[in-house]
Amino acid sequence: MSLRRRLRERGLDAVTLLVLPGVVFVLALFIYPFLYGLVLSFTPKEGGWLANYQKFFSDPFLYDTIYLTLQIAVPVTLLNTVLSVPVALRVRLLKRQRLLTTILVIPITLGTVMVAEGLLTYLGPRGWLNRFLLEVGIADSPVRLIHNYWGVMLSLVINGFPFTFLLTLSYVSGIDPSLEQAGAMLGARARQRFFRILLPLLAPGLAITLALSFVQAFTVFPSAVLLGAPAGPTRVISIVAYQAAFEQYDYSLASAIAMLMAGVQVIIIVALLGARTLVFRGPASTGKG
Amino acid sequence: MHRSLSEKLWSIAVWAVVVFFIVNLLAMIGSVVVNSFGTRWFNTWLPAGFTPQWYTMAWDEFHLPDILVVTAEVVGAVVVLSGLIGVPTAYAMARRNFPGKQVVMLLFLLPLLVPPITYGIPMATVLYQAHLAGTIWGVILANLVPTVPFVILIMIPFVEQIDPRVEAAARVFGAGMGRLFTQILVPLLTPGILAALLLVLVRTIAMFELTFLTAGPTSQTLVVALYYAVFAAGVRPGQSIDAMAVVYMVTTLVWLLIALRFVNPTQIVTRAKQ
Repeated sequence: MSLRRRLRERGLDAVTLLVLPGVVFVLALFIYPFLYGLVLSFTPKEGGWLANYQKFFSDPFLYDTIYLTLQIAVPVTLLNTVLSVPVALRVRLLKRQRLLTTILVIPITLGTVMVAEGLLTYLGPRGWLNRFLLEVGIADSPVRLIHNYWGVMLSLVINGFPFTFLLTLSYVSGIDPSLEQAGAMLGARARQRFFRILLPLLAPGLAITLALSFVQAFTVFPSAVLLGAPAGPTRVISIVAYQAAFEQYDYSLASAIAMLMAGVQVIIIVALLGARTLVFRGPASTGKG
Repeated sequence: MHRSLSEKLWSIAVWAVVVFFIVNLLAMIGSVVVNSFGTRWFNTWLPAGFTPQWYTMAWDEFHLPDILVVTAEVVGAVVVLSGLIGVPTAYAMARRNFPGKQVVMLLFLLPLLVPPITYGIPMATVLYQAHLAGTIWGVILANLVPTVPFVILIMIPFVEQIDPRVEAAARVFGAGMGRLFTQILVPLLTPGILAALLLVLVRTIAMFELTFLTAGPTSQTLVVALYYAVFAAGVRPGQSIDAMAVVYMVTTLVWLLIALRFVNPTQIVTRAKQ
């Protein structure tokens, strides 16, 4: 047998070579920079090979950012997901979901910068929200919602809720409705149907939703600068990474912070996906998703 | 199915959450639009008067014509290049089983799962060393990192739908690889390509992080320019920043509306097979 034929039998021929442009591109612009960054993070400007990491974990100004970022990202991820599940379970029953999903896709499309600017106008002391609160008499003086923790939090809800909702909706729509009907026929109440039937089926999708929305919230950047207090309570980890790279020009330290950022994300994702396999076993997942 | 009172209350509560969210979202967008046309706006529901002057001001002061040209160039190049790289790759991924295919698949999934700011910083470092960052080509390359895998993952199921016998027949009649693509595959894949590239377009207009990390003064796109304008708020009247924000919103939402004629809104987040 010729070499060409043997290769073809293993699935390697001219057509297979068409993957090369895509593979080479991702290797060159994603994998290589990542590895380069990893190596760079161990070759600090001064000191031993671990100096960047030692610096990060000995300076409260730096290591506190992990805690500050988690303080924003964890509650907002849980809030968005907890809100998304009941809403998605309702919307799934609608025949005409299109209008609702179209409206909800708008903030995702506008992106975080635009939502930050929108909220600065809307939540500001002279904005419509405070106008409403004052007119109705809920507040006596304008409520401060921008340039602090709450501004960033609300921007992550506006950007993040539609994302978790649409993701959850796609998982919920993949669950066979006849399973729930069977439960109802056998006398299960709504609450029982949710906890005994829907939630176990939804768990794998929910774990992925949580992971993806956590990662997005954890890397919050523009709204933490524009809408938060970037010197104080919303000094998130991406801000210090950016400052190290583009204000102090210490690419080595910046890479180390980026690697730590990736590290925290990996830990949380592995924990979430691990919890999923611990809690729910067996062929409970449906094909879609 | 009989519904009890508590189930009805629950249903009302769920819809109340949805309505509350949408009202606030629309009010947020509305207040930007109103402010961008407003003259003076203090303790009232609406500004004292309306004027288009902030738009002319934003147009000149923020160099909007230049920024719009750069945005169009970046987005156009990203759309074309991610199609040219992504579609053939998706074709090979759909049609062949080769050793290591799962690893390659993971390779394409990673740039979509890892958030841009995480890999953007090392990537920008590499692009600066290659003297590409700060130029329009650096911005284009950076934006291609998530869009090429995105096109690949969207196109794989579209290729799988095509009957391989159609291609076999074309080959029997002597079509080479080039003709197979231009005369058979691309026409059959048009709906998929259109959907994928429109989504790439919308995502690239709104892609802040990667453009921000790699753009120089002459290679800013609209969203990065908007960031700098908001960042330096106080230098210029807030209304002119909101005017720029409206220009940005119109640009994105027009393309979103066009895209939604071909794709389902859920696809924008799930990038799943149809």
